[in-house]
Amino acid sequence: MEHIRTTKVEQVKLLDRFSTSNKSLTGTLYLTATHLLFIDSHQKETWILHHHIASVEKLALTTSGCPLVIQCKNFRIVHFIVPKERDCHDIYNSLLQLSKQAKYEDLYAFSYNPKQNDSERLRGWQLIDLAEEYKRMGVPNSNWQLSDANREYKICETYPRELYVPRIASKPIIVGSSKFRSKGRFPVLSYYHQNKEAAICRCSQPLSGFSARCLEDEHLLQAISKANPANRYMYVVDTRPKLNAMANRAAGKGYENEDNYSNIRFQFVGIENIHVMRSSLQKLLEVNGTKGLSVNDFYSGLESSGWLRHIKAVMDAAIFLAKAIMVENASVLVHCSDGWDRTSQVCSLGSLLLDSYYRTIKGFMVLIEKDWISFGHKFSERCGHLDGDPKEVSPVFTQFLECVWHLTEQFPQAFEFNEAFLLQIHEHIHSCQFGNFLGNCQKEREELKLKEKTHSLWPFLLDDREKYSNPLYSSSSQRFAVLEPNTVSFNFKFWRSMYHQFDRTLHPRESVCNIITKMNEQNKQLEKDMKDLESKISKHKNEEIDGVLTKELLHSVRPESPTLKTSLCYKEQTVLPVNDTLRTIEGSNPVDNRYSEYAEEFSKSKPAVVSLEYGVARMTC
Amino acid sequence: MEFSELIRTRQAQAELLSGPEAPALRGTLCVTGHHLLLSPKPQATDLWLLLLRSVDSIEKRVAGDSGTITLRCKDLRVLQLRIEGVEATLDVARSIEGLRLGDAWHFHPLESYYKRVALETDAWRLSEVNEDFSLCPSYPRVVIVPRAVDDAALARSARFRQGGRFPVLSYHHARSGTALLRSSQPLIGPKKLRCAEDEELLGAVLAGARPGAQGFIVDTRSAQTAKQARMTGGGTESKAAYPGWKRLHRPLERGRHLQESFVRLVEACGDLEQSMDQWLSRLDSCRWLAHVQEALSTACLAAQGMEREGACVLVHGAEGMDSTLLVTSLAQLILDPLSRTMAGFQELVEREWIQAGHPFQLRCAHSAFSHARSKHEAPTFLLFLDCVWQLGRQFPLSLEFGEGLLLALFEHAYASPFGTFLCNSEKERCLCEVRTQTHSLWSGLNQSKEQRKLRNPLYVLNPSALWPSVEPQSLRLWQGLFLRQTRPPERSEEVWEKVWQIVTDEKTEDSRPVVSAPEPQP
Repeated sequence: MEHIRTTKVEQVKLLDRFSTSNKSLTGTLYLTATHLLFIDSHQKETWILHHHIASVEKLALTTSGCPLVIQCKNFRIVHFIVPKERDCHDIYNSLLQLSKQAKYEDLYAFSYNPKQNDSERLRGWQLIDLAEEYKRMGVPNSNWQLSDANREYKICETYPRELYVPRIASKPIIVGSSKFRSKGRFPVLSYYHQNKEAAICRCSQPLSGFSARCLEDEHLLQAISKANPANRYMYVVDTRPKLNAMANRAAGKGYENEDNYSNIRFQFVGIENIHVMRSSLQKLLEVNGTKGLSVNDFYSGLESSGWLRHIKAVMDAAIFLAKAIMVENASVLVHCSDGWDRTSQVCSLGSLLLDSYYRTIKGFMVLIEKDWISFGHKFSERCGHLDGDPKEVSPVFTQFLECVWHLTEQFPQAFEFNEAFLLQIHEHIHSCQFGNFLGNCQKEREELKLKEKTHSLWPFLLDDREKYSNPLYSSSSQRFAVLEPNTVSFNFKFWRSMYHQFDRTLHPRESVCNIITKMNEQNKQLEKDMKDLESKISKHKNEEIDGVLTKELLHSVRPESPTLKTSLCYKEQTVLPVNDTLRTIEGSNPVDNRYSEYAEEFSKSKPAVVSLEYGVARMTC
Repeated sequence: MEFSELIRTRQAQAELLSGPEAPALRGTLCVTGHHLLLSPKPQATDLWLLLLRSVDSIEKRVAGDSGTITLRCKDLRVLQLRIEGVEATLDVARSIEGLRLGDAWHFHPLESYYKRVALETDAWRLSEVNEDFSLCPSYPRVVIVPRAVDDAALARSARFRQGGRFPVLSYHHARSGTALLRSSQPLIGPKKLRCAEDEELLGAVLAGARPGAQGFIVDTRSAQTAKQARMTGGGTESKAAYPGWKRLHRPLERGRHLQESFVRLVEACGDLEQSMDQWLSRLDSCRWLAHVQEALSTACLAAQGMEREGACVLVHGAEGMDSTLLVTSLAQLILDPLSRTMAGFQELVEREWIQAGHPFQLRCAHSAFSHARSKHEAPTFLLFLDCVWQLGRQFPLSLEFGEGLLLALFEHAYASPFGTFLCNSEKERCLCEVRTQTHSLWSGLNQSKEQRKLRNPLYVLNPSALWPSVEPQSLRLWQGLFLRQTRPPERSEEVWEKVWQIVTDEKTEDSRPVVSAPEPQP
């Protein structure tokens, strides 16, 4: 609270991001310990969590006041105009302080109180049990076992305590291999395909330099391929571009030499590193934040940002994994440099293609817990939870979510969850409201005592299950057992619902998903009503048969049925108003759209020639 | 276009004589789409039925306050119907006459549209000045024009407009009391000619609209091009000559450039090997989506002029047969809830494209793969369909028809076993006897068994105007069309089917427990 100097500023204007005519809403801005709140004259509230703020910018003073631009990690961009420069300066300074915390303990999760008692909180944390998940996959079994080598985080600090390795890999081999791998991240099991007996394993790059070898590491790889009785060889997938991997050799790192490892097939898949991804997203956001963007600028901007190219690269790598297992029955070992960014993307996406369980709401949570949280994707650094090195920030997890979204677009019936679910998860990797994504690895999370001090996100998402369900999901369909997406370039689209989440005017005005969900619910309700009525009818019928039906009873039956009927009718009637509220009228107004600005010429009583030239200028620029 | 359109009267009291020996059958006569019904008693179950298709010839006679219709059937039966009321007799006869031919060619969208306009205002009249196509070869026989302007003035205005396309009513917006008109460019030429009747016509439009209404002329060419057109005898309205009218220029791509854009887009969509960058750069450079954006925002502008500014809007380009129709038809779709229904949209296409003289034969002679490049091809109609598709994506509940109908229209515009899209104008269609020699696409579509593919299961009437977003982020490539070759459509069809199932609640049909006991009767 010591950072807050001004808690309330009146007469603040909120500018429309895409309006070219400086359209704005006037309201009051409040600054609380956790949120920035704007209430406009229609009492509509805009809440911005301090942790969501990526940057605050104070622009040059204008006649109407001091502009303050806030960019959020969830891609919300707000542009305020504060009447007094002093107020603006105070808010600016406060937000700078509040949005960048130095200590974990100051994050929202440590003060967030959703009114859960301790046992509820504990149950929330126990909702996802990874030991259970490995059991579901079918390990341990005769080829794979649980290793206790990292029980005390002695071999690798960024791995979880419980790791699954080939049964024939002894502890000395594991220890030896870990010394030969960057950050000690030796090859371990990520996903086991029970039918094919093939595995997806993950690790970091070997410290091979130009010629170094490690027998233990070679043994461990051999053990992995031997754990797959169906195929002699295994794939080693280096997710980096070849050039980057070669450059690493000069630093004593690098990639596996096929000559030293028996029966491996080595493959580069060429996903760029976190720095390239960060600047790619930056470019993308610059392009689509432009006012009065033309179609051509949009597509050339989309192209030059390279964003969709990167998404396709990740997807292609995941498909490579799925094919190796399904078609060739081969196990795959995936790594990048440290094995926590691209490796997490590719392993999790590959598993998602192979296993329909991960396409359920619960399964997707398990997948994130397993391949991202437990294997040490550095959420805090990548999302910039604390005031740290901006070079460590990168939208790696966002890319994963986008790949999943592309899959939901290609396979609309294969996923139990909908787009809102993905957006909600994205919201919370940055919100620091729940403990799940805090810290960079399991060891750090244990030290922070997150399970005692914070809450888990997953039970809250499960409580809202209906909101996140895909009404078209068909769970039984065998056709979607293994997804085989088509990655021809034109199957990749700009994800408007993510990068323009808060720009309501850009979205479809009516939501199909909502309406179908509502209809489904309604159908269920009607079915239930029908069953109730039928049971009532048969009850009365039985009574009649039993001869209990007296004249009085009959009278009691008759008045009842009309009321039942009306109650049914009433339900049917409620359908329409429900639909009406679902219709997002927002934006469905000429004033909200860009062509309205052209039309302002209409009302101006300018000479025709002038408005004409203005029109031409607008169309060509 | 529905059979129901042809039914003038549904019921009449009649007596049927099937032959000299047979007893007369008395009762209520009913005309349906396919049958003639006679039911002797109000609740009788034994109906007399006659398939209308089996009628070979029909003869009517009226005497006093009743009439007789003689039906000679193809199976050589001769039936006599005695009907009460002269009007009823004539109506029944006309209905049978229309229906027995089994096609919907007798449907005249302009007349039926005029009926609607006449209910809203009396400022417009139906003119048969073009009855013999002498005034304007590309207009239909009848057009809707301001009541205050007589046919002679129309004839002179027609001479002042390219191809004789004088300003006619395209859509009357009842809510604001304004009108949308279309025409071709005025023939001002280098000498800055004027035409009093043409000026009078546009003046009459403003006078007949809501009091104080001003007018906007949306020229679909740039100011530069419009000015240059004077050198070849064309031009655009000058402000001084048309008081109350203001001009706006919204250049829309047409002709060869539009065709090239289409060809390049289809080429890009067929290349499976290209990298992401190549694809995006080709999508960008073919400019198709930019054309979609321009068309949609111009239509929005015209619609907004009417709805928000309460102004009358006249749209024209050069010939007024391409981008003009694109703008007027889209503007109606935005404003008019009726044009978003299945029947209304078909009527719109018939009225604003086919009858309005979009030269389908010339424009759709070749599609995107042909190497033959004549200068007349242009996918203007396809651009219209694409814009409608974009509207449908942004307002998924507000259109009664689905992507299936748009795809069907696209296919039939380029090649069709039906006669609807044949020829370039009404005049040609009359000369070629399209009406008698071919079948109508509309009856074909409406009888098709695949109604589910054509209709939108989620449709709910939306009485308000649809204002789409025209930001590039909101526009999408129409995958169902442009990527149909490379993307199997099954998956989206399956989803469509599933939505239908949910909407019609079919699943419960199967799982519904059989009701064993009937409701106890008190």
